[in-house]
Amino acid sequence: MSNTPNELKYMTTHEWSRVEGNTVTVGISDHAQEAMGDLVYVELPEVGAEVNAHEEAGVVESVKAASDIYAPVTGKIIEINDALTDAPETVNSHPYHDGWMFKIEMTDPSELEALLSADDYIAQVEAEDD
Amino acid sequence: MGMGNKTVIYQRHVDAGAKIVDFGGWDMPIHYGSQIQEHHQVRRDAGIFDVSHMTVVDIRGEQAKGFLQSLLTNDVAKLTSYGQALYTAMLNEKGGVLDDLIVYFLGDYYRLVVNCATREKDLAWINEQAKNFEVEVEEQPELAILALQGPNARTKLQGIVDQDFAQTVEQLAVFSGEFCNAWFVARTGYTGEDGVEVILPQAEAGAFWDRLVDAGFAPTGLGARDTLRLEAGMNLYGLDMDESVSPLQSNMAFAVCFKDESRDFVGKQALLEQKQQGLKERLVGLVMQSRGVLRSHQVVVCDDGSRGEITSGSFSPSLEYSIALARVPSTIGNTAEVEIRGKRMPVEVVKPPFVRNGKKVYKSLG
Repeated sequence: MSNTPNELKYMTTHEWSRVEGNTVTVGISDHAQEAMGDLVYVELPEVGAEVNAHEEAGVVESVKAASDIYAPVTGKIIEINDALTDAPETVNSHPYHDGWMFKIEMTDPSELEALLSADDYIAQVEAEDD
Repeated sequence: MGMGNKTVIYQRHVDAGAKIVDFGGWDMPIHYGSQIQEHHQVRRDAGIFDVSHMTVVDIRGEQAKGFLQSLLTNDVAKLTSYGQALYTAMLNEKGGVLDDLIVYFLGDYYRLVVNCATREKDLAWINEQAKNFEVEVEEQPELAILALQGPNARTKLQGIVDQDFAQTVEQLAVFSGEFCNAWFVARTGYTGEDGVEVILPQAEAGAFWDRLVDAGFAPTGLGARDTLRLEAGMNLYGLDMDESVSPLQSNMAFAVCFKDESRDFVGKQALLEQKQQGLKERLVGLVMQSRGVLRSHQVVVCDDGSRGEITSGSFSPSLEYSIALARVPSTIGNTAEVEIRGKRMPVEVVKPPFVRNGKKVYKSLG
């Protein structure tokens, strides 16, 4: 069974968000990394780039497939996890910690309301598996 | 999940933590945690694959040889000593590939190992073609097949079997097989590494699997099987070739034998016509050293603007960059571009294989 921390918010497209003040840290869920299998490339946005909620901000590629990473909120990229460039497998081993991908300084905190709670996300994943 | 056919090893896959996927109607392990680790274990040490989903068909009878000479593109007359194996295609009248398979010469009969996804089509075709010959076509559904692959596979196997079997494994020539009682062991595989495939009664396969795991063989899933075979430049039926293309357009000319002009085989006329007209397409290797992964169905753009398509592509765990097989215009040069998510990425055009016996071996198309 995959791990889905309660303190995070989720997107239907399997990104997680950790909210600290105006900063939102983004990664992909344990369920997503498990479904994709071994990751071999992570393409991150550039620091300073403006991203829009629910639009593509990066790409992860596993041996099996490529998948877009969507921004959960609108804002500016203030930090990226460069370590993933050389060690994409970190996303497989630690999806919620060392496997984080980028941080957004959000412009509209009300956008967070559109994100899923852990319970809602688990319900969606279970529905997909049926 | 769980609606498909199951091999006799199925429960062991589940117990080992395998992720199970449907493969040609069979519930098979895609990986047991990390397909990249499994890939490396086969390249560097030894892995085992359960390939019991594959179909074994024995061909007996006075006209078995003549029948197979007519059915298959490669010439079974090349098989002169007991146990020798031959890789071949089986074509329709139009020269399209119905399947690729291995045929073993076993004295008074031949054994074919064909793909699982094509099982019904193959059996129907073989039986239809057999009507004109004095032969018996007999599927062997009660057999399991385990592939033991990797540089240490034979040594490790010899350590856990009796002396006779160990000696057989030691002495087996490449691409040949032998019986040890009811077990058939052949020095063949689908990984580009040394190793053997063992065809044995299902009732004995589970215990053998357990002994192999205890001896240090890593259970290896279909995910790693795919990256290993791709690195080895081996085609996968359904992706790299199918009924719509000929073996000559599929880098399989080595599996077609025209030497004996008096031999006719199904599809031969179509192939001769293709040769005469000149082949417009060929299957080549692509290498992309920049970031990203080549995948099947991506468009290949040649320097002259003509286009082809990737038939199978992946990240190569051994090379640590992406490789692919692609069907392209025969006029392709040494470089091309591939469209990946709207961008054109430069690739090198090469002649497969990419990796053999753990080493990079590919060469520029030239």
